[in-house]
Amino acid sequence: MSATTLPAVAAPRSRPGLLRRFRRYPLPSIGAILLLALVVSALAAPWIAPHDPFEMNVVDRLVPPGADYTFGTDAYGRDIFSRTLHGGRVSLFIGVSVAIASTAIGLLIGVVAGYFRMADAILMRVMDGLMAIPGILLAIALMSLTRASIWVVIVAITIPEVPRVVRLVRAVVLTVREQVYIEAATAIGTRFPRLMWRHILPNTVAPLIVQATYIAASAVLVESYLSFLGVGTPPEVPSWGNIIAEGRLYVQIAFWNILFPSIFLALMVLSINVLGDGLRDMLDPRLARRL
Amino acid sequence: MGSYIARRILATLPVLGVVAVIVFLLLRLSPGDPAAIIAGDHATADDIAQIRRELGLDRPLLEQFILWLGQLLSGDFGNSIYLDRPVLGLIAERVEPTLALSLTTMAFAILLAIPAGVVAAWRAGSWVDQAFMALSVLAFSVPVFLIGYGLVMGLSLGLDILPVQGFVSLWDDPLGFAAHLVLPTVALGLVYTALLARITRATMLETLNEDFIRTARAKGLAEPRVLILHALKNASVPIVTTIGTGIALLIGGVVVTESVFAIPGIGRLTIDAVLQRDYPVIQGVILVIAGIYVFVNLAIDLTYSLLDPRIRY
Repeated sequence: MSATTLPAVAAPRSRPGLLRRFRRYPLPSIGAILLLALVVSALAAPWIAPHDPFEMNVVDRLVPPGADYTFGTDAYGRDIFSRTLHGGRVSLFIGVSVAIASTAIGLLIGVVAGYFRMADAILMRVMDGLMAIPGILLAIALMSLTRASIWVVIVAITIPEVPRVVRLVRAVVLTVREQVYIEAATAIGTRFPRLMWRHILPNTVAPLIVQATYIAASAVLVESYLSFLGVGTPPEVPSWGNIIAEGRLYVQIAFWNILFPSIFLALMVLSINVLGDGLRDMLDPRLARRL
Repeated sequence: MGSYIARRILATLPVLGVVAVIVFLLLRLSPGDPAAIIAGDHATADDIAQIRRELGLDRPLLEQFILWLGQLLSGDFGNSIYLDRPVLGLIAERVEPTLALSLTTMAFAILLAIPAGVVAAWRAGSWVDQAFMALSVLAFSVPVFLIGYGLVMGLSLGLDILPVQGFVSLWDDPLGFAAHLVLPTVALGLVYTALLARITRATMLETLNEDFIRTARAKGLAEPRVLILHALKNASVPIVTTIGTGIALLIGGVVVTESVFAIPGIGRLTIDAVLQRDYPVIQGVILVIAGIYVFVNLAIDLTYSLLDPRIRY
């Protein structure tokens, strides 16, 4: 978002140190630090969580936040704080998996569509069709096909994200292949794999990193929506969406059941989005207009 | 002009065709026997065989598709397995709450986002701009249910003016209808506002750097006139396009919001259908929603080609 005030910073050939770049973009830096804290707390959950996230305790049902239970307990007497920390692992895993999977698949299809005219028409019509179906609706429909598991959630969230990556990659490939240096490379007899790998694909890296970041944020949010609706990760998995879905029954008497996991969820999505904005401004200010 | 419209309308046919193929293949390509999935966990082999026959799942794939497409084109979207009623009828019964919430949300977002985006771009870099953009990335990241339950909690604690659950038809009780829509509209609208405000700001920034803006200012036009008549009008194509493509995002949000506020709309219908493995309903909902999405975006494109002669290509 500060790209417009500092448009000259990301000139293609200037590469100042990472630290200096981060000082110029305070908001993305805060986002990165926040995200790092969330990642560490999620990865370290088994060691830093004060309780077993699955341990039920009939006596301590719906205990408000306090000394024993920082974030209170749920209807089964399970510690919300420990469950929230463990939930971060699920969200993080899904966010990263979806980002990697949709970027890889989208890159492959996008390159084919951008380079082979014959395939382009067919592939892009398929992508148009996929984009006409709202992502959450498509994910919900995919979830209904088989027994729920984290892997099915990843597939269900990945498929609706693919067309956006394809469009991005295809646009880059179409622009780049008309450049004079590609013509020159072809003229001196560069073979297709090398042409692709050395001359065309490097141009997709910056926009793809930015796009992958936004996809990760969206995937974390969509997973929570699916679980909230009861069609996401299996109910026994302590994902943020599941904790919130269980907590909604007691929202009037024990709001902490949904408040704390929601805040963690919002912070993670926010920090990834802010980081994405920062990366976009640093790597490619022109991308801001296309997204 | 006429040929542009004709070409544009024809271009939507393959998209709709692809949507139909995707929806058709969804069930057929799922791991496992679709008839067994539909029959559920307690079905006997006879039940499964009967469902397979009834749905024509024992015929060749292409034949199934042509048969199914023919039914769709004659307006037959099949029957709900669970309720044994036509799918289109079920969707029609649930359309009012969903349509109402979508329209109020869109109106809310447009009224809030466009002025905010214009001001942010006009004062780019200022604290107003930074505050608006920080708010927009925040609203874009906060899950709908956090805003929703936050509103519900806030109101149940203090003010007891607005209903926090359910839906009342416009035809039964116009006031109750409006009252029930306030909280869901705000909860969902904030997310959509964030998206629109970001796009408005980005497009306005680009337009404000154009030469004709400098000319307009140089000849002494009042700033509001420059901003609205010269800049916003020229920036409106990408903004309205985003409103159109944003419908996909909006529908997703509506499904979640309906669940938070217990609104009996298309979202609830879909979730119930998924939980009951009622595939004809799921297929019908996706087809109808995707169809609406395609036609709204077609309408937006055509409107623009009428308003802006440069867009005819």
